[in-house]
Amino acid sequence: MDLYEYQGRELFERHGLPVLAGGVATTPEEARAIAERLGGRVVVKAQVKVGGRGKAGGVKLAEGADEAVARSTDILGMDIKGHTVHKVMITVTADIVEEYYFSYLLDRANRTFLCIASVAGGMDIEQVAAETPEKVAKVAIDANEGVDEAKAREIAALAGFPAEVADQVAAIAVQLWQAFVAEDATLVEVNPLAKTGDGTVLCLDAKVTLDGNAAFRHPDHEALVDQAAVDPLEQRAKEKDLNYVKLDGEVGIIGNGAGLVMSTLDVVAYAGERHGGVKPANFLDIGGGASAAVMANGLEIVLSDPSVRSVFVNVFGGITACDEVANGIVQALALLEQRGEKVTKPLVVRLDGNNAEAGRAILDGAANPLVERVDTMDGAAERAAELAAAGV
Amino acid sequence: MAIWLTKDSKVIVQGMTGSEGSKHTRRMLAAGTNIVGGVNPRKAGQTVDFDGTELPVFAGVADAMKETGADATVIFVPPQFTKAAVIEAIDAGIGLAVVITEGVPVHDTAAFWAYNVAQGERTRIIGPNCPGIASPGASNAGIIPADITGTGRIGLVSKSGTLTYQMMYELRDIGFSTCVGIGGDPIIGTTHIDALKAFQDDPETDAIVMIGEIGGDAEERAAEYIKANVTKPVVGYIAGFTAPPGKTMGHAGAIISGSSGTAEAKQAALEAVGVKVGKTPTETARLMREIMSAS
Repeated sequence: MDLYEYQGRELFERHGLPVLAGGVATTPEEARAIAERLGGRVVVKAQVKVGGRGKAGGVKLAEGADEAVARSTDILGMDIKGHTVHKVMITVTADIVEEYYFSYLLDRANRTFLCIASVAGGMDIEQVAAETPEKVAKVAIDANEGVDEAKAREIAALAGFPAEVADQVAAIAVQLWQAFVAEDATLVEVNPLAKTGDGTVLCLDAKVTLDGNAAFRHPDHEALVDQAAVDPLEQRAKEKDLNYVKLDGEVGIIGNGAGLVMSTLDVVAYAGERHGGVKPANFLDIGGGASAAVMANGLEIVLSDPSVRSVFVNVFGGITACDEVANGIVQALALLEQRGEKVTKPLVVRLDGNNAEAGRAILDGAANPLVERVDTMDGAAERAAELAAAGV
Repeated sequence: MAIWLTKDSKVIVQGMTGSEGSKHTRRMLAAGTNIVGGVNPRKAGQTVDFDGTELPVFAGVADAMKETGADATVIFVPPQFTKAAVIEAIDAGIGLAVVITEGVPVHDTAAFWAYNVAQGERTRIIGPNCPGIASPGASNAGIIPADITGTGRIGLVSKSGTLTYQMMYELRDIGFSTCVGIGGDPIIGTTHIDALKAFQDDPETDAIVMIGEIGGDAEERAAEYIKANVTKPVVGYIAGFTAPPGKTMGHAGAIISGSSGTAEAKQAALEAVGVKVGKTPTETARLMREIMSAS
């Protein structure tokens, strides 16, 4: 889960990192209260999880509370690259003398963590690394040894931080590592890490990604989810423990196993190229077990998407037996009818693997006119795309 | 011969008495795996009956190894306890640890991996969040169905469980030496490259199917490895061409971050080193079939 900047700032503050005083507002009135509390000149920043907000007019200076209200009124509700601004962060301003860069992240390739530090901050670090690689220090961090003061000093020296800020940078490096571990983050990025006129080093930005797999030991992380930004269907799916991602197409997808479902999306998209450009409408992995209840919940979510014109159920029975899956489909259709949500869109079902013959016989026996059985994955994708195109 | 898991492997199960652990212990036994016991400190000294096979429960991995000569472990414990279970297996010096558990925090995986490296990598870790490893006709450690295919001369390495099963099924008439599901987490113990190396060195493997998916750059690095080190034919498949950036597609590691981790980049990297990449799983199987019938 990626956090908003204000959530990152608050997380940093909680872990003792030096950040600018500030607060978050959802209305101009709240913005006024924060600006009055802070006093003087403030910055009003749109809270969106997309880059380029400055250029889009989402970051403005304000002299005092009245201007903070005016700028917040301008920015709240603004559309930045398809993201509506629902919140603004208001902080005091900083007298920036120098801009640095500091981050910890997961290094998948080396199966460890990585620190990236640079004295050339304030811009895209990938660009800095490409143009002036000598200005970017990359230091592998052993997960079990972590970052102590000695390691922090080593990083500061490698990155070439000036002597007058080295102590402060090293202290921040240690604290940031502690926050990274304590919060089960996969990324904490400070860009810029800034030296101000009085020589103080501050974290002026906070980009944080948290590991969803660690949610069980962070009950407080749930509150960081921005419910307003969550797709309502994804939310409903999550409540039913279904792994669903909303996409923009017309062919609903249900399958078992993340890899097979991703593959199903691709195969449907290829088939769609021959059928009016229809595309997959969603990712839905119902996992190993495909009971009637799980299948019914899955179908219900997929069919609640008004764009869906056909559904492709693609199951490879590994541990799951296909006869159970077939029974699940038949019962799910009956269950949905009982719930008053009778299915009216065509279903194309492909069952292969464990007990596939028995499963196919069950579907044939049920003879539901909406259910069409195709024996191969590619053939079924073709048919589902064709039906979606015809259902325009 | 197969890679890493053979008919002689003596396997224990950490979490054997739990619901998933016991279900799959039964299945592994039915597949012919030589399972010699389980680990659960609270039930040490007891035995568990699996359809007539009495398996002893030990207090720890070290005890189990000492008593049975076990050289492989399959781990089914819940995510909260996975790190401790893997570290226990590493401490005991077991040769192979297959971590099935899904939902392990990546800091925990990073920690047990770093620990394994510090101990000199005595333990080959497969997973976490993987279906395990199967050498058809010889042994099966994990949850891969044993009856999809028989033994043969294709090696398979895959990030995805069900795509592994699909590929085994498509090529069931030819058969496989070993199928390794390495898992879809951002940090995993055994990589595509590890499996490619082992298959290249395995005299009973003639060709390799490599299945990847969006996220990270493991496939790109595997392509470089193939170019320099693999002379056996390799056929590839990549899932996730239609996945949108920034969304996790089921597997914790299956996410396109900005412009990195795309399926296009992986396909291009593999094709650049002469690996044929199928557009669908079925086409990928057909490419492999052509190679096997030509040899």
